[in-house]
Amino acid sequence: MKTLEELASIRDEQRQKMAVRHGNPANDQYTRHVLICGGTGCTSSDSPRIRAILEDELKANGIADRVKVIQTGCFGLCALGPIMIVYPEGTFYSRVNKDEIHEIVTEHLVKGNIVKHLVYQETVHSDGTVAPLSGTNFYKKQLRVALRNCGLINPECIDEYIGTDGYLALEKVLKTMTSQEVIDTVLASGLRGRGGGGFPTGRKWQFAANSVSDKKYVVCNADEGDPGAFMDRSVLEGDPHAVLEAMAIAGYAIGADEGYIYVRAEYPIAVHRLEVALKQAREYGVLGKNIFGTGFNFDIQLRLGAGAFVCGEETALLTSIEGNRGEPRPRPPFPAVKGLFGQPTIINNVETYANICQIILKGADWFASMGTEKSKGTKVFALGGKITNTGLVEIPMGTTLREIIEEIGGGVPNGKKFKAAQTGGPSGGCIPASHLDTPIDYDNLIAIGSMMGSGGLIVMDEDNCMVDIAKFFLEFTVDESCGKCTPCRMGTVRLLELLNKITDGNGTLEDIDRLEHLCYYIKSASLCGLGQTAPNPVLSTLKYFRNEYVAHVVDKKCPAGVCKKLMTLNIDPDKCIGCKVCQRNCPVGAIQINPAAEVKPGKRLPYLVIDTQKCVKCGACISGCKPKAIYKA
Amino acid sequence: MKKNLTTVSFKGTAEQEKKLDELIALHKGEEGATMRVLQGAQEIYGYLPIEVQKRIAIGLDVPVAEVFGISTFYSQFALNPKGEVAVAICLGTACYVKGSGDIFNKVKEILGIEEGTTSPDGRYSLDATRCIGACGLAPVMTINDEVYGRLTVSEVKDVLAKYQG
Repeated sequence: MKTLEELASIRDEQRQKMAVRHGNPANDQYTRHVLICGGTGCTSSDSPRIRAILEDELKANGIADRVKVIQTGCFGLCALGPIMIVYPEGTFYSRVNKDEIHEIVTEHLVKGNIVKHLVYQETVHSDGTVAPLSGTNFYKKQLRVALRNCGLINPECIDEYIGTDGYLALEKVLKTMTSQEVIDTVLASGLRGRGGGGFPTGRKWQFAANSVSDKKYVVCNADEGDPGAFMDRSVLEGDPHAVLEAMAIAGYAIGADEGYIYVRAEYPIAVHRLEVALKQAREYGVLGKNIFGTGFNFDIQLRLGAGAFVCGEETALLTSIEGNRGEPRPRPPFPAVKGLFGQPTIINNVETYANICQIILKGADWFASMGTEKSKGTKVFALGGKITNTGLVEIPMGTTLREIIEEIGGGVPNGKKFKAAQTGGPSGGCIPASHLDTPIDYDNLIAIGSMMGSGGLIVMDEDNCMVDIAKFFLEFTVDESCGKCTPCRMGTVRLLELLNKITDGNGTLEDIDRLEHLCYYIKSASLCGLGQTAPNPVLSTLKYFRNEYVAHVVDKKCPAGVCKKLMTLNIDPDKCIGCKVCQRNCPVGAIQINPAAEVKPGKRLPYLVIDTQKCVKCGACISGCKPKAIYKA
Repeated sequence: MKKNLTTVSFKGTAEQEKKLDELIALHKGEEGATMRVLQGAQEIYGYLPIEVQKRIAIGLDVPVAEVFGISTFYSQFALNPKGEVAVAICLGTACYVKGSGDIFNKVKEILGIEEGTTSPDGRYSLDATRCIGACGLAPVMTINDEVYGRLTVSEVKDVLAKYQG
């Protein structure tokens, strides 16, 4: 247990210790801080080993007592991982290789010379100076509220969180505000649910506060099932205490003393950091009985999901916490009236909670000053797919897709042409280039046939077939439909059958109409959000890329060359150099030297041909072909 | 979610059984116990053989049908043992648009087993996973705890060759 005075002194002490990370001189012996990303992306590219080697090198060079190594959460630029930042300079080393550590230590950390050829090249100016990361295209348009501590603090250290004003919002709420004042602040901020639907958070809290019951619950939805989205995971990995603190505030607001975090078991690092954070929070007395001596009790339990997408739907999530098959329930009654174990419950998403403490500390007006008229604040997006800077970005609402994709994301790589951006995962839609200048907010995205969703943003280029993408999402929903209601269970299967018929080249124009009609039936008749939005990928691609559907049906061609039954692989005899690499890669022996063994002028070997009868169109030949002689038609 | 039942016979030890019984006793009577016990049992056995599910049902005093209903509902619950070489390919959107579907087909062809199954000798198992969050490395394949990122179809054969017994 810590008293408020003890917390305040920890806060002051930590602020001074972390001054280096804000570019200021150190107040203790650690003159340099080296931050290494310990998020899932960088861990997968071996950042723990990089850290171990770095620590060995520091010892070998005798500077281990002057350089502090901190493992943080996600910096956002996952494409460049493993990532390492050296403060106070803010030097950004990207894709750090274990063989490069020695040079960084001996040159930069010992002598103070930045190793220019290893830093992220965009930070090196033409005059040879190295700029901090905050000035790069990727970061300068971002505004970090929910992610403010990600990549800045050690998520497994509660002291560092306290040093960045942690648990100050909880103190303010418990000591100076009534429950109704908290709800009014959240309402006035205009914060809307970041999990997808965009329901005003304050209103949700008000409903639960109005429900009369001696037991209420606060639930955090961390079942981030949208494939290609990792915002919630990054917040939990980078700043878990922010979520715990916000849940306690929510508990105070609605009169609950118990919280549950339902987190995906597929996120082992996030689960671990939550466990560590919960333990520390209980030790410090910021969770538990009689918090800060105010008589307010609140504690949180973890529940692991088991990989069912539908459990992201609020009522299904509650059923799953109760230990059953995660099937949704009809609403009303809404969870705010009858939720977990039949008691009034609020469920908010991780990112929603991550905004709460800042709203309490900085005020509703500050939050409401960001964003558009109906969507306030910022939104985190997970950029993925065919984009240069894969990673996590947080931007004010109202930023256009073009700014995100072209400026922050660095555009589509390999000189390919942008085709569509997909938001909202399996519930969202594909947005074509003509709508790139739409300012992003909840209502605008729905108006153009997609939705905000939790924040996955996948970029597709000319090589992606939109019918195939629709099929991909439908396969996902067919797999993940819980089976409770017929429109979703059967309807999605019928949709997928029609899509398969089209991509196999057996479709007719009537099938396209049938597809469209069926979509509307499923949307209007399904029980929960999963079914009601499942047809969106089909509807949005039909709306913006109908010509591709027609090409599959009428011309029996897949314009992007993805649908295997509608394309053949061929070798351009003028480009082929006869090296036979493709012949070795071919799993079915479909590639042979041309029957006439003819040698093209200027070539030393006879060119090869593909037997289209034998070819299984796996594409193994294409990826190995140096002269790029193999093409799809 | 459709699941393939296992073809590998059950080889539980007395020690595992003791741990399972302790786990059941710990959670018995708790609200939402079945899921927590199944999660714990999967840690003990690595998967959920029907023999284990029956024991859980008796121990918690719930119908086997209910236990089976839960174990088949959630994709995390494995009805097949993982192979000594557990291969998983991410089919999340970010990986899919970068060609993980082709990689998956290639692996399937090389190993000769279907998604969600284990070769009868228990050597290889193959899974298609949802997003594992390493989107910066897309397309991604994991073998046991190793992560192989930015893969191409032509590299698959060499990667798998490292694991030949």
